[in-house]
Amino acid sequence: MVFQGHEAAIFAPLFSNMNMGVRVMSDIAAGRLSGEELAENFADIHPPLDAKSAHIEASRCYFCYDAPCMEACPTGIDIPSFIRKISTDNVRGSAIDILEENIMGGACARVCPTEVLCEGACVRTAQEGKPVTIGALQRFATDWLMEKGEQPFTRAATTGKKVAIIGAGPAGLSAAHRLSQLGHDCEVFEALPKSGGLNEYGIADYKVVDNFAQKEVEFILGLGGITVHHGKKLGQELALGTLRNDFDAVFIGSGLGAVQALALEGENIEGVFNAVDYIADLRQTPDKSKLPIGRRVVIIGGGSTAIDIAVKSKRLGAEDVTIVYRRGADAMSATAVEQKFAQTNGVKIKHWMQPVGIVSDNGAVSAVEFEYTKQGSDGKLTGTGEKTILPADMLFKAIGQVFVPDPVSGTAAQLELKGGRIAVDERYATSLDGVYAGGDCIDGNVGLTVAAVQDGKKAALAINDYLAKK
Amino acid sequence: MADLSYNFAGIKSPNPFWLASAPPTDKEYNVVRAFEAGWGGVVWKTLGEDPPVVNVSSRYGAVQLNGQRMMGFSNIELITDRPLDVNLEEIARVKKNWPDRAVVVSLMVPCEEEPWKRILREVEDTGADGVELNFGCPHGMSERGMGSAVGQVPEYVEMVTRWCKEHSDLPVIVKLTPNITDIRTAARAAVRGGADAVSLINTINSIVSVDLDVMAPTPIVDGKGAHAGYCGPAVKHIALNMVAEIARDPECRGIPVSGIGGIANWRDGAEFMALGCGSVQVCTAAMHYGFRIVDDMITGLSNWMDEKGYRTIDDFRSMAVPNVANWNELNMNYDIKARINQDSCIKCGLCHITCEDTSHQAITATRVEGARLYEVVDKECVGCNLCMLACPVDNCITMERVDKDKPYMNWNQDPRNPFSTAAE
Repeated sequence: MVFQGHEAAIFAPLFSNMNMGVRVMSDIAAGRLSGEELAENFADIHPPLDAKSAHIEASRCYFCYDAPCMEACPTGIDIPSFIRKISTDNVRGSAIDILEENIMGGACARVCPTEVLCEGACVRTAQEGKPVTIGALQRFATDWLMEKGEQPFTRAATTGKKVAIIGAGPAGLSAAHRLSQLGHDCEVFEALPKSGGLNEYGIADYKVVDNFAQKEVEFILGLGGITVHHGKKLGQELALGTLRNDFDAVFIGSGLGAVQALALEGENIEGVFNAVDYIADLRQTPDKSKLPIGRRVVIIGGGSTAIDIAVKSKRLGAEDVTIVYRRGADAMSATAVEQKFAQTNGVKIKHWMQPVGIVSDNGAVSAVEFEYTKQGSDGKLTGTGEKTILPADMLFKAIGQVFVPDPVSGTAAQLELKGGRIAVDERYATSLDGVYAGGDCIDGNVGLTVAAVQDGKKAALAINDYLAKK
Repeated sequence: MADLSYNFAGIKSPNPFWLASAPPTDKEYNVVRAFEAGWGGVVWKTLGEDPPVVNVSSRYGAVQLNGQRMMGFSNIELITDRPLDVNLEEIARVKKNWPDRAVVVSLMVPCEEEPWKRILREVEDTGADGVELNFGCPHGMSERGMGSAVGQVPEYVEMVTRWCKEHSDLPVIVKLTPNITDIRTAARAAVRGGADAVSLINTINSIVSVDLDVMAPTPIVDGKGAHAGYCGPAVKHIALNMVAEIARDPECRGIPVSGIGGIANWRDGAEFMALGCGSVQVCTAAMHYGFRIVDDMITGLSNWMDEKGYRTIDDFRSMAVPNVANWNELNMNYDIKARINQDSCIKCGLCHITCEDTSHQAITATRVEGARLYEVVDKECVGCNLCMLACPVDNCITMERVDKDKPYMNWNQDPRNPFSTAAE
């Protein structure tokens, strides 16, 4: 007997009282959809602009003075300037405007939550609720240049200085590119088999199609002066102390290492997954029909990862997909646009519920028990005592990732932490001389690709100053 | 319901919207389609002497602006390339079948009396309502001593116009070229020659673009291009001024004017009429969208006239002419200042940067608790309108009149004028 959708809602309290006396079969299967359906579901969700559309869209830009969009961009791209250059057919100049400030301008054009960044600040949003589609234009310009196969940047005369970079994600690659431009040789150490970090392992397929993340890595490495070593993880194959001895400076951009736990009994039983792990598998599996997905999927969390895994589940063929978040829609870190995207993909979002138990059957998850929540006047969240049960063949945990400090704090070379992550000053210097850090692993980072790129860029400039004085 | 019918120099049409002499009026097929769509009249594409001219392949060029196509349009097409008798036969049939529409025939023959006399007789036989003398075509024909080669010499304009009036009873409209220094010179010559009306403007000498790969002006004919006649929305503003110059010229006073130049909708037409035109002629807009645009022209003009209480075209025709003044008649005491409506400001900063970089440094840019604030400095503001024009939000910046209790005083009366009549 299987309850779905509204039936589940009706019968759930009954289940609770009956202590799951009714057997619910777990249903996880691969190949729920045909190859064509999967291909369509994982194709580019925002197909690129053609030249004509780009011209017309570019001409909507008012070329603002002290442009609010520019201020809203974490990497400070001169947005009016790059858009104007598209409208005059100076696409090369446009792409260079973007890439000078953000070497991952191509990825950011695809993955940035522009609705809360540049496009949210666009004066046309204030005027008519329809911003200039800055992300799409940025993609138009950067794609144009990358398709030319041209490396627009050159390296300064070599300084003879060597910098070790931990992590080949957005922060690390951004730092490496800028340091190499400034004439320093960079060696990048990456734990995983591919470079790109979350662009390769974390971003939804339909946002970065056609192996874009790897193309972008090749573009960045095309500058020269950057060597990437894979299978090198800090604390295992690498030690911070050794790197400090062997290199003139070190940049840590290792991201977050672990997934936040629910702290519930049964969290490790069959059918319970970390969303980020499943997303990484999904990205690395060329044949999506081989990926097993539950018929009924429950996701706990309120951020971009929750949205991504929910939409992907639906697009793999799951029947009922529900995101459960413990607070209201406004408090979700996923933007309103992302929430709507999930909902139009057939995902249900339930608010004010927190998980209190995982119901198992034959060692596999069969349902999740939730308690309704409320927020007190002090802002604190408390359970109401009222409970409900959502049947689930699969449960995804998407309540955030945490920094694993052991490799940097458990050794002789000990870094100061703050807020559970690496503490840095305003120039990205850690507590250790010559060691800098940026991206998700530092305190205060907001967890966006674009912010990591900016960290890498600014840390590189700080390292350059440091090396000049050394 | 407004009455849109008009009697233009003796040529009657149910509405003032005519198709100009151009490809859309080259033959019966097109003209019948135009009349079916509702056009009030046509000026048939220019007839010449046999043998007919031969046209080149690749004839049109265009200017795009921010994705809007054909903001300006150019052509190197000549007059009709069909035999004269074919055209005359079709004109006769069209006029017979569409008696309520204006059928005017454009003409261009060598600058000798006999050819004009001959062709006028043939046109009269078709039953056409009038003739328009093409003294404006700036390419091809002008190099053969016709078109603008005539229009640029006032003596020729007067002479040919006089011949036509002598040899025909049909109303004679003289079409003027804008490719001269002062349009009034040619218009006055037409008046002296006895013209019943003038029409303007013909196309403007132009190169609409240079193809930077081929390194040749467009439109390109096998690697080369010739200067081309420019028209379309981009020339409307030049045409309006030339129409106004004629409308307020004492020597031309009262001559019917048919307005031409970038007219694409009823409002454009109404503007030309406000400056004195009794009919307006359209070409580029029809060549861009087809004949059905006339529906908006007719209903739009009618609705606007109803709204304003104008019953006939003459009720508002020429109403703007008295307000077209010379600069030295303007009121020096008139003073306006920019006013920014902070509630509708979207913080684009264009008012500030345009004033700061290119005008009078009269708009400050500051931040109040991080929020952008743009404010007018009254003592620096000269009331030039630049900020209002640059501002992308309608009515966000307005100009407020601030001169109080000051009398009208023009530059001739202004004590700041060293030659002022008021100066002691």
